[in-house]
Amino acid sequence: MSTATATATVPVSVSDTPISLRAHLRHTGALVRRNLLWIRQDPESMFDAILFPVIFTLLFVYVFGGSIGQSLGGGQQAYVQYVVPGLMAMMGMNMAQGVGTGFNTDFNSGVMDRFRSLPIGRGSVLFAKIAVELMRMLFATAVLMVVAVLVGFDITHWSGLLASVGLSAVFGSALMWVFLTLGVIMKSAQSVQAMGFLVLMPLQFGSSIFAPTDSMPGWLQSFTDYNPLSALADTARGLMLGGPVAHSLWVTLAWSVGLTAVMAPVAIHKFRTKS
Amino acid sequence: MTRINDNAVSVRGLVKHYGDTKALDGVDLDVREGTVMGVLGPNGAGKTTLVRILSTLLQPDAGEATVAGYDVLRQPRQLRRVIGLTGQYASVDEKLPGWENLYLIGRLLDLSRKDARARADELLERFSLTEAARRPASTYSGGMRRRLDLAASMIGRPQVLYLDEPTTGLDPRTRNEVWAEVKAMVGDGVTVLLTTQYMEEAEQLASELTVVDRGQVIANGRVEELKAKVGGRTLRVRPVDPLQVRPLAQMIDELGITGLAGTTVDAEAGSLLVPILSDEQLTAVVGAVTARGITISSITTELPSLDEVFLSLTGHRASAPQDPQPADDRQEVAV
Repeated sequence: MSTATATATVPVSVSDTPISLRAHLRHTGALVRRNLLWIRQDPESMFDAILFPVIFTLLFVYVFGGSIGQSLGGGQQAYVQYVVPGLMAMMGMNMAQGVGTGFNTDFNSGVMDRFRSLPIGRGSVLFAKIAVELMRMLFATAVLMVVAVLVGFDITHWSGLLASVGLSAVFGSALMWVFLTLGVIMKSAQSVQAMGFLVLMPLQFGSSIFAPTDSMPGWLQSFTDYNPLSALADTARGLMLGGPVAHSLWVTLAWSVGLTAVMAPVAIHKFRTKS
Repeated sequence: MTRINDNAVSVRGLVKHYGDTKALDGVDLDVREGTVMGVLGPNGAGKTTLVRILSTLLQPDAGEATVAGYDVLRQPRQLRRVIGLTGQYASVDEKLPGWENLYLIGRLLDLSRKDARARADELLERFSLTEAARRPASTYSGGMRRRLDLAASMIGRPQVLYLDEPTTGLDPRTRNEVWAEVKAMVGDGVTVLLTTQYMEEAEQLASELTVVDRGQVIANGRVEELKAKVGGRTLRVRPVDPLQVRPLAQMIDELGITGLAGTTVDAEAGSLLVPILSDEQLTAVVGAVTARGITISSITTELPSLDEVFLSLTGHRASAPQDPQPADDRQEVAV
């Protein structure tokens, strides 16, 4: 009977005893510690954060680098400069997808019932998950930059690098709310993964991450123009290598704020009322 | 918020439907402070739904419930502060060591770092888990996991503790360990709501019983009262010579020392079943057997199974199939 889903007919009152901000931070901190201990217990769970940036950088640079680089008016080196900021944008997305599947598995274990029967703000369980995944994302980005420099990436603006990392984190956390919602409402981790794959594949490749969009057909270009991943990749490029960023920066921020504003309350509500 | 009455747990007309399935169909229940209320029923009777509503994990469709005076719908946070929950499946984080599990719960219950550490140490000690404190809970045996689960429920010194089938799936030895822990916790004055499928567990732990079936309460009262209604215990007498089973049955029937029902012969097991209501009847049966000089290999007492309870309370069997009482539930009686 516990697996059946039911819709709540009576709204949960949140006014009985408000939880202070300090208590929220303490609860989130305790849950962050839990998620970090998982990594210590199972270091293999960090493999994707290490291997993903390494494999993608090497694959793209050495497989497509020569030919796409030529059309960019350079060689492989020109492509390194082009693709690395794009890969950085992609990192947040891939980490975000993992949040959904991980959270779904976690949710289906008995421990979630215990958390939800404790006098804590239920959102802190989600905040903690996002905090830890952001740490993983930053780690993966650091690995990416090391590999990138090894294959010849040349950073023009170091302050721009920091700004791009920050922006990727902002957009990544916005995406994480989307995947957390999927993780809560979908029945199995597999379906969350399949769903994530379906949504992300077109976003990922229908963007300016891997190749410039000028040679794409018009209908696709209108898609890539509004694709937040294009905006994020273009902004990262501009910030690190110089160039106009204002437009793409605003598009990225608008997407981030919009997704968070809509999906965070939805995720928390779904988490609160799931039975 | 006014209490419905002074009981630790008070439930009135609770209803929860899942589509056409009525998990709870108008349940009333009162648990007096400091007592153990056993909720006995087969799988699917609504026991877990009840516990989930009382721990604010689920919202009822109708009815009301208060725990320690707090309303499940209007004051969920205050309510969560005074309850402890041990689910049907051990609700501990398997990837974390035992100590970390308890420390985490302590911090979530707003204990200071120092107090959370002390409480974790104290409870691991009390539940004999100190040696396993640093090992991931995934390496624990079933019994250790349940003990850790109980320890986690006790961190906040709850006023009301829910034990949802605390021993389902455990072997008899481990189950006895868990029972001993629960008894010790009850000794501390905590009010317990225990759900179970086993009459024996209810008898061991609970002072009062509510029997539920298909979302409805079909009987309630003190354990002794219900047991008397059901017909007390059953003696299983096995003579060394199986051919003596029938003469023995006739003899005991003639003596008129049995309980409500007459004796039954279990030819397959070569034994005789004698329902009894009192220790005096037990002594009389043993005396009669000895006086006739019949050599017996064993006498055991058995508690009525859930099926027998249902049969005598409702006239029908429990509506969902459940595990038969394991053979080890029987207590050896010194002859």
